[in-house]
Amino acid sequence: MPKPLPMLTWLLIALTGALAVATIAIHRGEQINAIWLVVAAGCTYAIGYRFYSKFISAKVLALDEQRATPSERLENGRDFVPTNKWVVFGHHFAAIAGPGPLVGPVLAAQFGYLPGTLWILTGAVFGGCVQDFVILLFSIRRDGKSLTEMAREEIGPLGGLVAYLAVISIIVILLGVCALVVVNALKSSPWGTFTITMTIPIALLMGIYLRRLRPGKVLETSALGFVLVMLAIWGGQWISQTPSLARCFTLSASTLAMVIILYGFAASALPVWLLLAPRDYLSTFVKLGTIGLLAAGIIVLHPTLHMPALTRFVDGSGPVFAGNVFPFAFITIACGAISGFHSLIASGTTPKLIRNEKEARLVGYGAMLAESMVAIMATIAACVLQPGIYFAINSPAGIVGQSPEAAANTISNWGFPVHALDMQALAQAVGEQTLYNRTGGAPAFAVGMAHIFSNSLGGHSLMAIWYHFAIMFEALFILTVLDAGTRVGRFMVQDALGHVLRPLGRTSWYPSILATSALIVGAWGYFLWQGVKDPLGGINSLWPLFGISNQLLAIVALCVATTIVIKMGRSRYAPVTLAPLAWLVAVTFTASWHKIFDADVRIGFLAHARQLVASHGNARLIFNDRLDAAVTGILVFMIALILIESAIAWLQVLSGRKEARVKESPFVATRFAAEQE
Amino acid sequence: MKDASATTRMVKTGSGSPLERCARVFSQVLLLMLATVREIFDESAYQRFLAQRQLLSSRAAYALFLREQETRRARQPKCC
Repeated sequence: MPKPLPMLTWLLIALTGALAVATIAIHRGEQINAIWLVVAAGCTYAIGYRFYSKFISAKVLALDEQRATPSERLENGRDFVPTNKWVVFGHHFAAIAGPGPLVGPVLAAQFGYLPGTLWILTGAVFGGCVQDFVILLFSIRRDGKSLTEMAREEIGPLGGLVAYLAVISIIVILLGVCALVVVNALKSSPWGTFTITMTIPIALLMGIYLRRLRPGKVLETSALGFVLVMLAIWGGQWISQTPSLARCFTLSASTLAMVIILYGFAASALPVWLLLAPRDYLSTFVKLGTIGLLAAGIIVLHPTLHMPALTRFVDGSGPVFAGNVFPFAFITIACGAISGFHSLIASGTTPKLIRNEKEARLVGYGAMLAESMVAIMATIAACVLQPGIYFAINSPAGIVGQSPEAAANTISNWGFPVHALDMQALAQAVGEQTLYNRTGGAPAFAVGMAHIFSNSLGGHSLMAIWYHFAIMFEALFILTVLDAGTRVGRFMVQDALGHVLRPLGRTSWYPSILATSALIVGAWGYFLWQGVKDPLGGINSLWPLFGISNQLLAIVALCVATTIVIKMGRSRYAPVTLAPLAWLVAVTFTASWHKIFDADVRIGFLAHARQLVASHGNARLIFNDRLDAAVTGILVFMIALILIESAIAWLQVLSGRKEARVKESPFVATRFAAEQE
Repeated sequence: MKDASATTRMVKTGSGSPLERCARVFSQVLLLMLATVREIFDESAYQRFLAQRQLLSSRAAYALFLREQETRRARQPKCC
C-alpha cells in the first residue's frame, strides 16, 4: 500500500505544476513572472522523472541491475570505465548541452512564450528524454554500439546507410548554421571579435601551462584561462573605444565567414591540439559556469516576462522566421525538447561509462531534463526583453527596413512599440554600434541575460560586460562545436571512403586528411556563405533546415528504438517510442513540405526561386533556394525509406513471419551487485 | 577515482548531531561534484592512465596521455 506522506508530496507537486502551467497558459494581456515557468518546468520534470521514466524502466526496458554493463565486462581504463552515476550524469550533460537549447527557444519566442514553453515541457518528458534513455540503454546492451550500427543490425542495411547519411547531413547543416550564428553575433562588433580572437592566445598559453608547468591539471588551467578570458572581455571595452584599434576588429559578415571557414579547415587538417584541447576545456568550463549562473540569476531575480503569451506571428508571418506555429515552432526548438543529435552521444561515450543498467534512467532521462531546463531559461532570457526590442534585434533588414527609423516604425506598427533612440541607447549600454538586424538568436539571448544580471549584479554599468560575456560564452562553445564537428565529419567520410579506396580510410594519411577536411568544411562553409549573403539574414532559411534534419535524425533513433522494443516482445509498450515518432513524422514531413512547396515566398524555397527568376534576380540566390529544396527533399526521402523498412520489420515480427531476435550481448551477471550485498 | 556510492552509504549510516550529519552530507556532495568535474575535464582519465601504466605524472607522461586521447576525442561529437 502506498505511503501517505510521499503520496501527498507528489499530489502537492502535481497540483503546483498544474497551477503553474494553467497560469502561463491562461494569462492574456498581463505580464507574468518568470518564476511560473520555472515552477511549471520543475514540477513537470519531477513528475515525468518519478513516474514516466520509472514506468519505462520497469515495463518497457525491464532494466536489470543484475546484468553486467560493458563498462564492467570490457573495462580497459580508457573507453570502458565503470563510473559513478552522478559523474556520468555530469559528463553526459556537458556533452549534450550546446548552443541549440539557447538559440532555438530565443528564435521561437517570436510566437510568444507559450508555444515554446509547452513544447519544451511536453517534448522533453514524452520525446527527448525517452529517446535519450532508450537509445542509451540499447547501446549499453550492445557493448556501446553507435546508432548507425544499431540501425544496420536491428532494422537492416538500408537503415544503417540512411542513418549514416542522416548523421553526415545533420553535421554539415548544423555546422553551417552554428557558424552563421557566430558571424551574426560578431559582425561589426570589435569588442566581441577581440574577445573571441583573444581566446586563441589564451588557449595556447593554457596548452603550454598544461603540458610544461602543471601536466594534467586541467581544472586549474581552465580556471586560469577563465580569468584571462574575463580580462580579455574587460580589455575589449577599451579596444572598442579606441578608434584605431576598433577598426582592426570591426569585421564584415563576409570577412568573418571566411575567417571561420579557414579556422574550421585548420582545426581539422592541422595538428593544432595545443590550441584545440585547452579551448575545449575552457569552453566547457565557461558553459557549465554560465548555465549555473543563469539558473541562479533567474531564480533569485525572478524577472517579469514582457513578451505576450501569444503574438500575432502564430499565423506564420513572423519576421524572425516565416511559418505557422505548427509545424515551425516544433522544428525551431529541437535541443531542449527532442534532438536527434543526442542519440549520437547516448550511443557514443556515455554507454561505456555506465556502471549499472538502473543508472541509465538518471543519465539518459535525467540529463535531458536538465537540458530542457536550459531551454526554459533561454525562453525566459528572450521574453524578459520588451517585444519591440526583441523584434528589432532579431528581424533582418530585408523585412523591417535598412535605417533604424524605418525598422522602429515597422516594428511599432506590428503593435510592439520601439523607438530608434531607445535602441541606440541600448546598443551604447551594451557597447555595440547597433543592435538592429542581429539575427541568429545569440545577440538577443545575450541582451536578455545582460538585462537579468544588470538588475542586480553590478547594475546598469556592468550591462556591457554581461552582454559581451554572454556573446563570448556562446561564440566560444559554438566554435568548439564547429572544430569538433568538422573532425567527426572528416573521420566519418574517411571511414566510408576507406571502403572504396583503402588509403583514403587511413586517418593519418595527409592527402586524405586534406581532401576530406576540405570536403566537410566546403560543405558547411557553403551553407554559411549562403546564409551570410541571404538578404533575409540566412536564419529564415537555414535554421528550419537544421531543425528538420535534427528531428529527422530523432526519427531514425526512434525507429531503431521501436524496432528493438517490438523485437523484445514488448509491443504493447511500443507507443512509448511510437507516439513521439508519429509526432515527429507529422512535424518534420509537414515542415519539409512547406519549406519546399509553400507558395509564400518567405517560406517555400521553390516559390522564392520562382520569384527571383521572374524578377531576374541573383542567379546564386536562385541556385541556393533550389539546393535547399533538394537537400530537404533528399533528407525526407531517406527518412521515408527507413520508416518503411522499419514498419515492414515491425509487421513481420508482429505477424510471426520473422523471428524476433534482438542483437544484444549475452547476459553476464554483474559482480558489483554481489559486492553491494 | 573514489567511488561515491560507498561514501553515500557512509553518510546514510552516519551518526552524530544533526549539524555534523549536515556537514558530512555537504562535504560528500562537494566531493561528488569535484569527482564529476575531474571526469569531465579528463583529470580522472589521466590518473587512470598513470595508474595503468605505473607512471608518475610528468611532461612526458602527459604528452603520452594526450597522444592516446587524441584520436578518441577527435571522434566524439559535440551536441548542438
